[in-house]
Amino acid sequence: MAEPSVSGTSIPRLDGPAKVMGRAKYALDLDIPGAAHGVAVRADRAHARIIGVDASKAEALPGVIAVVTAASVAPIDVRFGHISRDHPALAVDKVRYAGEPVALVVAETRRAAEKAARLVRVTYEDLPAVIDAEDALADGAPLLHEVHPGRTGDEGFHNTGADALEGNLCAANLIEWGDLEAELAAADVVVEGEYRYPMLYGYAMEPYNATALFEEGTLTVYTTAQHPYMVRDDLARMFALPLARVRVVVPYVGGGYGTKSYTKVEPLAALGAYATGRPVRVALSVEEAIFTTRSDGAVIRARSAFKSDGTLLARDFDIVMNSGAYSDNSPLVCAKLAARAFGPYRLNALRVRCRSAFTNTTPASSLRGFGAPQGNLAGELQMDEAADRLGIDARELRLLNVVRPGEEILPGKRGIDADLAADLELLTESLGWGEREGVGFGLAASDAGAHPTSTALVRIHGDGSASCAIGATELGQGSRTVLSQILADGLGLPFEKVSIVQSDTGVVAYERTTGASRTTTLVGRSLLAACDDARRRIRELAAEYAADVQDAPGGVVADGEHLSYGAVIRKWFGSGGEVVGVGAIRRHGEFEKLPPFWEIGASGVAVSVDEETGRVVVEQLTTVGDVGFAINPLLVHGQDLGAATMTLGAALSEELVYDGTTLSNPNVVEYRVPRVSDMPAKIDQILAERRDGIGPFGAKGGGEGAGNTIGAAVAAAVGRLLGRYPRELPLTPERVWRLAQEAAPDRETEAVRG
Amino acid sequence: MTMTTTRISGTINGREVTTEVDNATLLLDLLRDLGLTGAKPSCEMEVCGACAVQLDGLPVSACTTLAIELDGRTVETVEGLAQSADALHPVQRAFLQKSAFQCGFCTPGMIMSAKALLEANPSPSRDDVVHWLEGSICRCTGYESIVEAVLEAAEEMRNG
Repeated sequence: MAEPSVSGTSIPRLDGPAKVMGRAKYALDLDIPGAAHGVAVRADRAHARIIGVDASKAEALPGVIAVVTAASVAPIDVRFGHISRDHPALAVDKVRYAGEPVALVVAETRRAAEKAARLVRVTYEDLPAVIDAEDALADGAPLLHEVHPGRTGDEGFHNTGADALEGNLCAANLIEWGDLEAELAAADVVVEGEYRYPMLYGYAMEPYNATALFEEGTLTVYTTAQHPYMVRDDLARMFALPLARVRVVVPYVGGGYGTKSYTKVEPLAALGAYATGRPVRVALSVEEAIFTTRSDGAVIRARSAFKSDGTLLARDFDIVMNSGAYSDNSPLVCAKLAARAFGPYRLNALRVRCRSAFTNTTPASSLRGFGAPQGNLAGELQMDEAADRLGIDARELRLLNVVRPGEEILPGKRGIDADLAADLELLTESLGWGEREGVGFGLAASDAGAHPTSTALVRIHGDGSASCAIGATELGQGSRTVLSQILADGLGLPFEKVSIVQSDTGVVAYERTTGASRTTTLVGRSLLAACDDARRRIRELAAEYAADVQDAPGGVVADGEHLSYGAVIRKWFGSGGEVVGVGAIRRHGEFEKLPPFWEIGASGVAVSVDEETGRVVVEQLTTVGDVGFAINPLLVHGQDLGAATMTLGAALSEELVYDGTTLSNPNVVEYRVPRVSDMPAKIDQILAERRDGIGPFGAKGGGEGAGNTIGAAVAAAVGRLLGRYPRELPLTPERVWRLAQEAAPDRETEAVRG
Repeated sequence: MTMTTTRISGTINGREVTTEVDNATLLLDLLRDLGLTGAKPSCEMEVCGACAVQLDGLPVSACTTLAIELDGRTVETVEGLAQSADALHPVQRAFLQKSAFQCGFCTPGMIMSAKALLEANPSPSRDDVVHWLEGSICRCTGYESIVEAVLEAAEEMRNG
């Protein structure tokens, strides 16, 4: 393909004017005529058998249409779940976490539904609850699922540890090679520790909401979802409908970050619509959203073995994830956490044992980075701790062990398609490593891209312009703009002559997911394949009138004459018409080896600590965006800074806290996300474009990597200032102050020793 | 349910509006029921700023302001700033130029808060902007481009 002319430029976002004018319509803004409002009655306890639901008072309220329960919609099986179909949209027989929907009140107004929901009386028989993940895996722990949920069988999730699951084990993964014990015995230094990563709430500012209606035998749902096709599949299973009879439409999405991957409130809205025959809208409050999905907290026990010259010999991780009451995407997070904990380093031996535990808490699922920030905290902090003990510079220790381009970090997987050593040099130079105090940095390589299934439909219209219908969702990352750039280059058309239609399963081509940083790379490639197919069709049409037909930008050269696409189409049809090209990629050929690409993390910080108060101030943040080729550099910077900022929240303030069986901070006052005043005074964003990705023009994914190393980097920076490395996030002022108190005697002793 | 209602008259984006509202109705719900969906519900606790509008010129959280408070007063929402993409307010223009948004859900509130700042203080320092926007959360951008956009809009407005 010719060198791109539209890709590689920071073209302004297509959605810009609508967004700054307040005209962009999100699912929450849609006005579906005749829609009733659904409000969930939620469990007020963590684990209990449901004895009865008395809805008589609620049903008597004016404006109430129905009170829907799992029993009232029988024989519909209300369970959903893309990996394990274990999640009832409305509780069946028992509740497994406080906040779980037990019934759905549907009323003419939201206020009537809210009032009626408070009048529904649920009687329970309490069961012992388990909140801590390690307690949940202990013998004799209360059992959440009496019958262990199986797997749906989707091949994309084959690696989620489906074997030998029992008790409260939601998923388990083991990655192992080499002779671990022998390497440990041969080591000069073994760093050992236990690390804790908090449960997080992603706080996409548009809370979960969906409006569902049945019409002409088809279920249509308008929702704020990242993966409309995955939602479609879940709803088709629930209502026993053909895939063709479920339509999921996603308008603008108010933040995703993984929190809106897979099915959330769509089944509630659909069950309400099924029960009442009305369009039903379910729009959650932020508190309800926190009771819908969070991310997996993790406890990570790790050992890293080194030779005295710094050679990393072996690593050993034992990880337990707190995954909440239902599987959602935690089995995949478990697999990813296992693969992302040990870092992009050469190892003679490795053992990673990662277990995901059901607990009586909000179900956990993906959040930006997808297991990487959790594992990276332990993996990278141990590199820093080891460097100190070995007396080797922390950057040099990484350079000594990091894999070079093409080397495998997981046997049989795609070799590393990045130059991590070069990225590290860029990063540490920007941060002034070695020249100032309080610097922390790290590396990460994530098996990104998910299962490489993507399709695209390109239509070249009678005037020579072109549009593309794809299932990838515009979440704010800028995919509509980036894919338009790729489409323009794929057809040799100016940017103004192309458009992209997204995320309506009734209209667009299949897309597996919008996650794992895959859109630019994988959708970009299926889109280019569709462009090739459309151009081939154009050549075929032109060949009916000319002996010699050659490709040309925006059209063909037929017998020496340049004909635009439009001219070819109009000539062939006589009037009107269009040419359609289809493109597909699958796990085949150059996409056979997984992952499709490695997503690189190379970010770091410089911090200061007020030892009197324990407050950490981030003075500088540097991101290195190793994206192969930036289709739109400004958008890449936006994604990198956004990702790094989200993890700064986890590093410094964010944590969902259970007090007994009650979540004590289900709101954004007591759960503090980064504010503008938390931002570093200096932000340096670097792009590394080496054209080494599998995506269009050498691109590969970004948008998560920049955040993956930030937790460990902040902890390392604080640790270097205090003389003791923290091993638990977030680094709240209280934790940092305590650490400073603990570390003070050590430092005084060192000072005395001189 | 018995509801007490009040007849109110106020100005919304330059237009006189007289309506009967339930006393418990929030300003945010009134605006959205009128089709003005620029202001967004999110935290519902007056901390995120996604619902910010200007009431008699002052930025308020429409999620915690009662609709009856509009009586005899003037409210401006993001929809009131420009009728077409060719005639944007300088703050809107600067947000576009600096790419100061991604998902855009916080953007209407962010723009109204920024506009209120520049009306109160036409020459804000960077610290002034940071202080003023502390009550506006953005989860996508990392804020840097937003602060830059507000400073650029200030300069453009000063230079007329």
